[in-house]
Amino acid sequence: MSWFKKEKAPLAPIQHSRMPEGLWTKCKECSEILYTKEIVKNLNVCPKCNYHIGLSAVERAKSIFDDERFEEIETGLFSNDPLSFSDTKNYGDRLSRSKKSTGLDDAVLIARGCIDGIPVVLAAMEYGFIGGSMGVVVGEKITRAVELALEERVPLIIVSRSGGARMQEGAISLMQMAKISAALARLDDGKVPYISILTDPTTGGVTASFAMLGDVNIAEPKALIGFAGPRVIEQTIRQALPPGFQRSEYLLEHGMLDMIVERKDMRKTLGRMLRFFTQSVKPATGSGSSTETDSSTSRSRVQKEESVS
Amino acid sequence: MGMDILDFEAPLAALQKEIESLTGYPADAGKEREIARLSTKLDEMRREIYSKLTPWQTVQVARHSQRPYVLDFIEHLFTGFVEIQGDRRFGEDPAIVTGMAWFHDKPVAVIGHQKGRDTKQKIRRNFGMARPEGYRKALRVMRMADKFERPIFCFVDTPGAYPGIEAEERGQAEAIAVNIREMARIRVPIIVAVTGEGGSGGALAVAVGDEILIMEHSIYSVISPEGCAAILWKDAGRAEEAADGLKLTATDLLELGLVDRIVPEPVGGAHTAHRQTAQMLNKYLVEALERSERFSPEERVEARYQKFRRMGEVGLEVRNGS
Repeated sequence: MSWFKKEKAPLAPIQHSRMPEGLWTKCKECSEILYTKEIVKNLNVCPKCNYHIGLSAVERAKSIFDDERFEEIETGLFSNDPLSFSDTKNYGDRLSRSKKSTGLDDAVLIARGCIDGIPVVLAAMEYGFIGGSMGVVVGEKITRAVELALEERVPLIIVSRSGGARMQEGAISLMQMAKISAALARLDDGKVPYISILTDPTTGGVTASFAMLGDVNIAEPKALIGFAGPRVIEQTIRQALPPGFQRSEYLLEHGMLDMIVERKDMRKTLGRMLRFFTQSVKPATGSGSSTETDSSTSRSRVQKEESVS
Repeated sequence: MGMDILDFEAPLAALQKEIESLTGYPADAGKEREIARLSTKLDEMRREIYSKLTPWQTVQVARHSQRPYVLDFIEHLFTGFVEIQGDRRFGEDPAIVTGMAWFHDKPVAVIGHQKGRDTKQKIRRNFGMARPEGYRKALRVMRMADKFERPIFCFVDTPGAYPGIEAEERGQAEAIAVNIREMARIRVPIIVAVTGEGGSGGALAVAVGDEILIMEHSIYSVISPEGCAAILWKDAGRAEEAADGLKLTATDLLELGLVDRIVPEPVGGAHTAHRQTAQMLNKYLVEALERSERFSPEERVEARYQKFRRMGEVGLEVRNGS
């Protein structure tokens, strides 16, 4: 029992939201009524308060890649419900419902495309699929993405948006943390860049593995990021949490993030970093794939952009 | 011994009491016979109960307050222990004990969770829930072992990483993540023994090894049964159901390919006989180390990678895969 009544429930995770559908949309953060088209045009960011509404994996991929163009890869993997898990619903039913509602096999999309002309491998997590939780499929797909990035020496970007490991697959989910992190150790040894983008919310086993292991760790503004969820912490310590606790700005202040980047600036920022990583030290060759970009074209793009902006 | 009695051990306790009441009086042949009879019955009953523990009962045994912790294993299995403290960044975390020791005359590094036996110790050890400093200290010692080519033994027994404000501020997630990644590329043998509770990321942060042993009545889980029940049913009281569903017992984990070997415990659980427990574990540690030492460092790192790379295959279904 605390001495002072809390004015509002602190740090409830921001509600999962899909692309707004009606003509008008109310911002969850500032309650402003906004013209939906305006929000969509603004990359799902509230024009009034700059609240970053969550993106689906596909929306995220579009928002990051040049001309919104990408190719989905590593598809056709599904969970077979290895524990035959059942709570208030059968896990199998949860899986099929999520498949239908998101159009994805599981909670991550793996894609290849270009950012600022530089080919990258992207893993974008889908919060709409059982809270973006990580089970075998997420573990396998992200590991494959890491291995592909290493094999082709193409930079890797992972956009996290997840409640953590998936309970319904038990300790198998837990071990995916080790599987992915071990692959990232190899990527690191291979000197292939990895940029981690943490979005609202990123917690649990996802934060405690690949999300915190980027060469650069970037967060979107005001994202909930942590190991333990705020409610678990409150129950443990039995006191209210400080304002802004576990938000991006708080983590930045405590030295746990490299930077906070607004969605509208993300592509540009990523492009610049990718050039830093790939430009002179290791020419971005060897991809040998469908992309025709090489170091010389990305260099020319550097100059072009600098002269424009 | 003042042993905590678990719920399902009540019949054992009753029988024990009966035996004790008989021993109090001057001995005669009839009583002796009765005591012998009851003692045999007690052993049988204990064997019977412990041979078919439910997952929830196993959780209770794994958490037993008399269960051997890393300091007990150090006492019974190692010699010349020299404790190493502090992460050289922020502080010392007594929830994880690290140090140098000798295992059958071989210099090794030892790392493990220490829960604390009495109230004062429990508080000091934070119930075995490590803060970032604990994980960073562990990594520091593992890197030192790597540098000097000393094998590493990890004893895992934690409810989980500490979920507190300061732990978050100092990068609990980052500390765990870095440990997991770095353990994957340490070149010396890493032998892991889950000896009690394998509590999620807080356990995994010192549990990426060449061989993962688990003691018979230990558990290893992505979340505590209480936490799981609180989330799924909004009712922590349904932990027993959650314990069933999570498949967290040693046999389940072996079946799922997440651990390599189950180490038997004395009848009645490790908490009843620390020395005997350690002796039983000894053989497994020796053999695991032997197997790992046969590899060159490169082969070892590759084998460790492949070991974790395969985890999850059991749950995957491939359809018109790319």
